[in-house]
Amino acid sequence: MAVVELDKLVKDYGDMRAIHGVDLTIEDGEFCVFVGPSGCGKSTLLRMIAGLEEISSGELRIDGTCVNEQRAAERGLAMVFQTYALYPHMTVRENLGFGLENIKTPKDEIRRRVDEAARMLQIGDYLDRRPKQLSGGQRQRVAIGRAVVREPKVFLFDEPLSNLDAELRVVMRGEISSLHRRLGNTMIYVTHDQVEAMTMADKIVVLKAGLIQQVGSPLDLYNRPANQFVAGFIGSPRMNFMAMSVTKVESDGIVVADTNGRSFTAAVSPDGVAPGDAVTIGVRPEHLEIGSERGHPVTVETIEQLGGESYLYCKDADGHPITVHKSGQTKIKAGDAAQVFLPEESIHVFKKDGTALTRLRIGEEA
Amino acid sequence: MLWSFISRTRGRNRFDLTDWLTWGYLIFGMLLMFGPVLWVAMSSFKTDAALSEYPPSFLPLATQTAMVKGYDKPLPLYEITAGEHKGSVLAQIRRIGLNAQMVDPAHPDEKINVKIGDRQPKRELTFAWDNYSKLFKRFNFMRYFWNSVFITVVATVITVLFNSMAAFALAKYKFRGRMVVFLLIIATLMIPPTINLVPIYLVVNELGLVNTPWAVIWPAVATPTGVFLLRQYMLTIPDDLLDAARMDHASEWRVYWRIVLPLAAPAIAVLVIFSVMWRWNEFLWPLIVLNRSEQFTLQLALNAFQGDLQTSWSGLLAMTILTLLPITIVFAILQKNITAGIAQSGVK
Repeated sequence: MAVVELDKLVKDYGDMRAIHGVDLTIEDGEFCVFVGPSGCGKSTLLRMIAGLEEISSGELRIDGTCVNEQRAAERGLAMVFQTYALYPHMTVRENLGFGLENIKTPKDEIRRRVDEAARMLQIGDYLDRRPKQLSGGQRQRVAIGRAVVREPKVFLFDEPLSNLDAELRVVMRGEISSLHRRLGNTMIYVTHDQVEAMTMADKIVVLKAGLIQQVGSPLDLYNRPANQFVAGFIGSPRMNFMAMSVTKVESDGIVVADTNGRSFTAAVSPDGVAPGDAVTIGVRPEHLEIGSERGHPVTVETIEQLGGESYLYCKDADGHPITVHKSGQTKIKAGDAAQVFLPEESIHVFKKDGTALTRLRIGEEA
Repeated sequence: MLWSFISRTRGRNRFDLTDWLTWGYLIFGMLLMFGPVLWVAMSSFKTDAALSEYPPSFLPLATQTAMVKGYDKPLPLYEITAGEHKGSVLAQIRRIGLNAQMVDPAHPDEKINVKIGDRQPKRELTFAWDNYSKLFKRFNFMRYFWNSVFITVVATVITVLFNSMAAFALAKYKFRGRMVVFLLIIATLMIPPTINLVPIYLVVNELGLVNTPWAVIWPAVATPTGVFLLRQYMLTIPDDLLDAARMDHASEWRVYWRIVLPLAAPAIAVLVIFSVMWRWNEFLWPLIVLNRSEQFTLQLALNAFQGDLQTSWSGLLAMTILTLLPITIVFAILQKNITAGIAQSGVK
């Protein structure tokens, strides 16, 4: 159906380079999510694929054909906008049919496809209303419907859920995922919300400042972040980082120590580090064990009790903030002294330039 | 419902001081605005004789007349207020000094002398409809009306089309020099129209348009006010809508025609009203380029009523009212959009 290939795509705004040569292949039927902080170029990249932004250099291929010079309409893509961008002066039916009308589809064919999309998205009852008379969730469905009726090769989503309330967002997330399963089209989805990325994607592309940081499946990114940025971006709450220096290098791991001489062993490949190097270690809150017997001494500052799980916000002797996730409830109180244990197989180590050392054992597999 | 809205007061259940002031101010304003128009409307129904009367009356009153046997012309009727014939109605034959020679219509043979102070003209409300019918019979009113309508409608359609296309480009396309072009257009507002008269006349003359309606239409269709007004409004239309339409296979023309134009409707309504008013009321320019009377607009025809020596006031007033009517109707239909359009585009 549709393979989208990005070959050294560059976008310049005057002297400012927004996208720095992106290479990426999105396979047919894949659900690919672009994720990154705001201003990282993810929306620009999507708009370049859509044909709404000119490509400064590089090549964009859809099914092997270079489409750089094709206009947005000719690329056979459909896009769902963050603001929904429904035409306010048209009814829902006219909104859905506008694209087909523009390519001179016969009237009854438009009718049939609009009705079908409306049934699929459960908006059949609102077809004669105007967008203003719809709720946020209904507008969202219409916006998706407008993309569906065109039967495009690729769906593009530009932060479609960011205007919805939390509850509706979860519902729509599920609906978009099931839409993908049903239609099997290639979909490219832009979001700044890593939860959306983790739950929906086949493949996540993490972007920062116009550069791809890492491409991989959600669990790949979670388990083997390529650098400190990805490690911090994927996972919620974010990974705890502590500055350390390397004291010992062995073939099955390295030993690092903080300024107070407390040392930790990390099961990572020692390639490229030598004793004395400054590194940063990272541990996810959910991999820390809090107790009083062993480990790294911390002071608990704030506690969030959610009932089913608890988050403890602590600080260690060097002032590193450390967040600990504990399932269930806890008797520890704010101000208590405690100790956190860092399991050696769940410690990530990042070199000074931010790149990660390969982990030798993944916690989940052990 | 409507009445309870209009009769709302600030004081509960009774008139507060501010209510008195507000009502007083509004009524004063209404008299000030409507008084002259109403006076013209009333006067347009007066006969020429009643128009030259002093002191003038507000209502179109005319002295009653009667045909009396033995006299060729109808004689004006007077009511006698004093003297021996007090209370009777007599017809006046002629005035001689301070006396009037009168006759009782019932007894046409007997002439009566009455002091002019002792009689009152007998008057009644009469609408001189022939002021209007004369316009159609003796005067080619429909010709001028059609000329005015043609110029107004065609010029307005072209104005809206040209100005909205320019505004669309200036509001929604990014190109080098966009700001310069926009500022140049706005800068032309600073040139007084009288300065342009001669050069524009030369151009129009060279194109052979003099004495055709197009001589009035073409120089008027590109208005900086219209471009500015529409551009400011179009800036508020989200770019996402245009992008969505482009993704929906819409050509740039379709984007303009199906998305931008309908959404700019409130601003377009304002421009339509402005343009209709401008073209309908325009006088100086048509006076220069339209010299043959069959090409005259209503405004020029109105001017033609005013001769060097004599002015036909009754015809002039009747025609003024007829000239006012169409623009009033257009205004009444579109007025709801004006406030919205002006408020949203920030132009007056």
